[in-house]
Amino acid sequence: MNDSRVMIITGTRKGIGRHLAETYARRGYVVEGCSRGDAGWEAENYTHHNVDVADEKQVRTMVAAVAKRHGRVDVVLNNAAVASMNHVLLTPAKAANRMLEVNVTGTMLFCREAAKVMMRRKYGRIVNFTTIVAPIALAGEAIYAASKAAVVTFTRILAFELGQWGITCNSFGATPIMTDMIRGVPQDKIDAVVNNLAIKRLGTYEDCSNVTDFFISPSSDNITGQVIYLGGVT
Amino acid sequence: MDRPTALKIVTACLKDGLEQAGAPIETIDEQTMIVGPEAVLDSIGVVSLIVDIEQKLQMDHDIAVTLASEKAMSQKNSPFRTVGVLASHVMTSIEEGQAS
Repeated sequence: MNDSRVMIITGTRKGIGRHLAETYARRGYVVEGCSRGDAGWEAENYTHHNVDVADEKQVRTMVAAVAKRHGRVDVVLNNAAVASMNHVLLTPAKAANRMLEVNVTGTMLFCREAAKVMMRRKYGRIVNFTTIVAPIALAGEAIYAASKAAVVTFTRILAFELGQWGITCNSFGATPIMTDMIRGVPQDKIDAVVNNLAIKRLGTYEDCSNVTDFFISPSSDNITGQVIYLGGVT
Repeated sequence: MDRPTALKIVTACLKDGLEQAGAPIETIDEQTMIVGPEAVLDSIGVVSLIVDIEQKLQMDHDIAVTLASEKAMSQKNSPFRTVGVLASHVMTSIEEGQAS
């Protein structure tokens, strides 16, 4: 047991999740991260778990291990997601189901298990990651966007269900960031999205930690059920 | 886990929950109603109780169990309806969890 704040971040092998894990570990958080495979990197204050976020038993085991080791969970950043960019007429059911399982059920499982631990101390901060492609209705992203829209609705209702235990729940949607997830998207499609933003640039990892800093601050105890999109998207 | 231990855990968690809610009762026994018209808890109180029991099993006994399982939630008669029934459900859930 220790007095450091304990944070769970999903999808920490690379991209935004890795940035967040390294950032908060450097700042003194005890960070417990996960991905399906090994992280492939190490940092002080960081522990990696090999977990499929859509697997109920694996999620339960990970959160129980974190609670056992530290006696608390203060923050959850549900970042893990899968996307399969494809026209809906060419999207196999298996790919659609996997997106829903990882993006929606996976988010729900971590919220549920972590909230059980947070309730004891009547404190918690949950941030669920969504995307701007839902509100901008980007063609080619129907299932991914639908899954992330579900995350926003889920989070809004979760805020009401968990508020009485001092747990806040918010969503955050970044603009496109040059991660592996969008590396296969044609440049002209990315340019078209960026050109329609109020702030016409790609997102950065720092944009993400800026928003999570706000949501997870102890002072943000009256900020819940909200969604923040970057770049002027509403 | 034997029945007296399960009963002790359920009773202790219910007692804590009622005290935290500012509504302690004099006697808690196997017949004390948890769900239904005569229940000593409201619906949120039941949620807290189930989570408290799961957490106590995990932290104090190293037993991971989900009391609100799909099977439990689809039963005609709630497995949470009285202290005694809930204690039996705790035992069954642990046994089923160990068997799976």
